[in-house]
Amino acid sequence: MSEHIRLKKGLDIPLAGAAPAKIAETVAPDLVAIKPTDFKALVPKLAVKEGDAVKAGDALFVDKMCPSISFCSPVSGVVQAVVRGDKRKLLAVVVKADKEQQSVKHNAVDLAKMDRKAVVDLLLERGLWPMIKQRPYGIVANPELTPKSIFVSAMATAPLAPDPDFVMEGQMEYLQAGIDALGRLTNGGVHFSLNAAKAAGSAMSSLKGVIPHTFSGPHPAGNVGVQINHISPINKGEIVWTVDLVSLAAIGRCIATGTYDMSRVVAVTGPAAENPVCIKAVQGMSLASIAKYAKKGNVRFISGDVLTGENVGADGYLGFFDNQVTLLEEGDYYEMLGWIKPFRLKKFSFSHLYWSWLAGKKKTYKLDTNTNGGPRAFVVSDVYGKVLPMDIYPVYLLKACLAKDIEKMENLGIYEVIPEDFALCEFVCPSKIEIQKILSDGIDLMLKEMM
Amino acid sequence: MKPTFSKGGKLSALGSFFDAMETFFFVPKTVTARGTHIKDSVDLKRTMITVMIALIPVFLFSIYNIGYQMNLAYGLGWGFWTMVWKGFLKILPLYLVSYIVGLFFECMFAQIKGEEVNEGYFVTGFLIPLIVPVTIPLWMLAIAVAFAVVIGKEVFGGTGMNIWNPALLCRAFLFFSYPKMMSGDAVWIAHKAGYDAVSCATPLSEMASGNLHYSAMDMFVGLIPGSVGETSTLCILLGAILLIWTGVASWKIMLSCVAGGLLVGLLGDVPAYYQLIMGGFAFGCVFMATDPVTSCQTETGKWIYGFLIGAFAVLLRLFNPGYPEGMMLAILLMNTFAPLIDHLVVGANVRRRLRRAKTA
Repeated sequence: MSEHIRLKKGLDIPLAGAAPAKIAETVAPDLVAIKPTDFKALVPKLAVKEGDAVKAGDALFVDKMCPSISFCSPVSGVVQAVVRGDKRKLLAVVVKADKEQQSVKHNAVDLAKMDRKAVVDLLLERGLWPMIKQRPYGIVANPELTPKSIFVSAMATAPLAPDPDFVMEGQMEYLQAGIDALGRLTNGGVHFSLNAAKAAGSAMSSLKGVIPHTFSGPHPAGNVGVQINHISPINKGEIVWTVDLVSLAAIGRCIATGTYDMSRVVAVTGPAAENPVCIKAVQGMSLASIAKYAKKGNVRFISGDVLTGENVGADGYLGFFDNQVTLLEEGDYYEMLGWIKPFRLKKFSFSHLYWSWLAGKKKTYKLDTNTNGGPRAFVVSDVYGKVLPMDIYPVYLLKACLAKDIEKMENLGIYEVIPEDFALCEFVCPSKIEIQKILSDGIDLMLKEMM
Repeated sequence: MKPTFSKGGKLSALGSFFDAMETFFFVPKTVTARGTHIKDSVDLKRTMITVMIALIPVFLFSIYNIGYQMNLAYGLGWGFWTMVWKGFLKILPLYLVSYIVGLFFECMFAQIKGEEVNEGYFVTGFLIPLIVPVTIPLWMLAIAVAFAVVIGKEVFGGTGMNIWNPALLCRAFLFFSYPKMMSGDAVWIAHKAGYDAVSCATPLSEMASGNLHYSAMDMFVGLIPGSVGETSTLCILLGAILLIWTGVASWKIMLSCVAGGLLVGLLGDVPAYYQLIMGGFAFGCVFMATDPVTSCQTETGKWIYGFLIGAFAVLLRLFNPGYPEGMMLAILLMNTFAPLIDHLVVGANVRRRLRRAKTA
């Protein structure tokens, strides 16, 4: 029997530019990149050099600490560039795609006859392992550990995120194969959370071998971290794994068909999208191939959503886990006496200091990247709790992170959160504090001290 | 113009002041760098200006009441606009001193620390003249403001880091350093050149001596002697409505503070609700106790904190023969203990987490 959990705290930011649930076209990008920076605390080791030919599913780089984890090319082609930053840090491996796509062929397997170790080896060998994340910390899972349980959220509440039911159309058999594989990795079962409002009509509600849950409420109710906090919170010493829905389908597809196929539906959204669309594309595609969907002018290209995505630039690449591009106008303008103007009806605020809370839920706003104020110390400290539906005191945890006090961070719940869970706190913060950065640094400190 | 004030420019010593003026007149064009790409439209300036708007009814009433009390005490037969004008002339120097001295130190410390000037002082500076007697000598006020800004706030690291409400600390400084200018019966009516100073007891001192002659209506509307802005519960209530409507101040603190005051008020000789409309109770409850920095920051803590402020304030009024008023000391006391209350509330969360880990 599925358990229903209703969350009240949170905020659905009414951002303009949602993409209609219809595939406009299939985009075959010329360039594709896989970025080690999409993985927290990963130390990569290159497996190819410029000019090498690769097939889809061939490793581009591996985890230096655990070389059996490989990060594969989503397309076949030629390695065009190895991009490095300061101190020769590896930033991206860029592959120029062939006209005719080829992928590494794997044999069909029968999961029922495999033991846990065989399933782990299968996922490692086929390059599917990086899609499994570990909590605490939000890092790539360690194949030598067994998690308490595995969590999958099939509920998307982030601003303008594409509808999971639409994105997963026709993928049920792959999702099922993915769940079957994950189910072998843990004794605690695979927790699968659906949006309560859509669960009844969703094909995903008939998936087998899961512990089903339904959630309702505003963002971040769809965040897997929030769901874990309500289903079975992480205690010190425990680990759980999480897999996002798109990756789960990719894992299942590779197991069921033997093909490393990282194609996915990508939503091109945001107020600076000329006309928001959904397209069929591939992991790591270059955003230059969708430039035609952006408005002219100073536009920011974000891989992911506006709260947690990365500003990759018009010539950047889609992130490893992302199935959404958000286009925003840069807000680099002055506004005379803006803070004192009584109306400012085009501005959105979670607080009642503007009028947007009276405008109804249908109205959408063309928000830009202006910070709407300068950085300050923590002053109004009760606002964060209103958008964080977890049993955690955000300001105290953040101050422990700033003070680098590991014991306090542990006590206050650092194991249960990753920056995306605090993203809304950062959005509503009147002091414009970089909350996700503080938390991320805190987690880095934990990793350094604990590993 | 900007480069002159930037680092290395001719006037770089005034850089913070320039920044403050620039961000005062223009919302800066800074864009998000990392983290969320969009930000809520609200900032501290918007928050602070809302508190100031909430204070406007009190401010306007104070101007009138100063003139009204003078007229009444000296029997001058002034008309309405004369009373307003005379009141304005009395309150203006208080504001000039408060803002000039306060902002001077704010800018100085912002420059030393290389930060933007914080807008917190807009509110503090607006509050200070409202909580002192109108007859306070300006040099005393200047010293007290300097003390509140430097010792009360900047030494702790500025707005957001202070332990005590700076405006109240300013009042406490005056109260203990110059008690004769802050209490008694002679300080509440603005002086008029050529006349002797007039004595006039406030409701609180009348209550202490046992013969309260003001009606509840007088005290609610506020045409009574007292510190500049504290007298009109009606105008304070208007401000409270705005603060609660916009969510700037915590209704939990206000409600529990009133509850605490009423409960202890039952022990007194006068009706308990008199405690809410006399002296600085209403003003402190709405504008001082709810300061987000110095109050409790956990929601449970706010209930406890507010309740204890109300209770202690009335307890001091009723059972301490030394001071007729207790609101200021009650708030400062609870400011001191707010971190402790929060610590206990957060501690419960920590214990819950540890217990969960043990049973798992």
